[in-house]
Amino acid sequence: MKVAVTITLKKDVLDPQGKVVLHTLQNMGMKTLSNIRQGKYFEIEIEETNQEIVKKDVDSMCKKPLANLIIEDYKIDII
Amino acid sequence: MRSTVIVFPGSNCDRDIAVALKKLQFKNEMVWHKDSELPKSDLIVIPGGFSYGDYLRSGAIAAKSTILKEVIKSAERGCLILGVCNGFQILIETGLLKGALLRNKNLKFINDDVYLKVNNKNRFCKKYSNNQIIKLNIAHNEGNYFTSSDHVKNMQDQELIAFQYSNNKGDVNEDYNPNGSMANIAGILNEKKNILGMMPHPERMTDKLIVNEDGLGLFSSILN
Repeated sequence: MKVAVTITLKKDVLDPQGKVVLHTLQNMGMKTLSNIRQGKYFEIEIEETNQEIVKKDVDSMCKKPLANLIIEDYKIDII
Repeated sequence: MRSTVIVFPGSNCDRDIAVALKKLQFKNEMVWHKDSELPKSDLIVIPGGFSYGDYLRSGAIAAKSTILKEVIKSAERGCLILGVCNGFQILIETGLLKGALLRNKNLKFINDDVYLKVNNKNRFCKKYSNNQIIKLNIAHNEGNYFTSSDHVKNMQDQELIAFQYSNNKGDVNEDYNPNGSMANIAGILNEKKNILGMMPHPERMTDKLIVNEDGLGLFSSILN
C-alpha cells in the first residue's frame, strides 16, 4: 500500500521559507496570493493491505522521527 | 576525569572538543556512532557538525543512532552531558532537552563571534562569575530556539537558561539576538542540571593564540 505524508510547521510557528516564497510570488505579480506554508512530503510504500494497520504504522512513523510534534503537524493520505 | 566524545558521520568539531578536553587533562575517548557500549565516563560530549548531512531535520537521525540509546541511559543515571551546536540539536531531538531549534530567523547560516551572558548556577558554568559576559563563536543554520512561553518562564524560574545572547554590557534584547531565539536563549539545561545544550562553541575559544580563552571556564567548571 502507498501512503503520502505531508508535514508542515504548526500555524503559530514562524515559517520564514514560506514567507520568502510568498513575497517572491507576490512580487512576480500574483496579487491574490495571501499565504504560503512550506512543508515536507514523503511517499511511503508498505507491504500490508489492511488500511487500519497501515495507518497505525505510518502514524507512529510520523510521531517519531518523521515529524517533530513540538513544531510540526502531519497529514496521512492513502494513495 | 573521564570524558567521551561521540563521533557521527558529518561531525566536524569532535577533534576540537578533544583538544580542549585534553588541554584540561580529561582522559578522553572518541566513540563511533555505531558502537553499542560507552566507556566509563563522567562527561559525554556530543560535538558540532552536520551529522548525517542534517537529513530530515538537524539531529533527527543521530538521535536514533545506536550509541544515543546508551547516552540516554547514562543521562538518566545522572552522567554529565554536553551538546554543542549540532550536539544541542541532537539532544533536543532525543527529548533529553525540551523545545525545538528552528531555522535562523534571517534564513542565513550565521558564523560570528557573539557576546553571551552566563548564568553560573550550574555544574557547567560555576567557574564563571554570575552574569559574566563572554565571547564565543556561533556557526549554525538552525539555532533559533523555540518553545512555549510557559516553558521559558519555568526555565527562568529554575535558572535553567545557562547562556543568553547579549551585547558586551550584558543587555539582553532583540538587537543582540542573532538567530531569533526566544528570550535570546543560546544554551539550556535540563531540570536535573546534568545536561547542557548550547549553540555557541566553547571549544573554539580555548587558546589565546586563536581568539580568546572564554570557553575554558566551561571545561574547567566540569572538571572541578
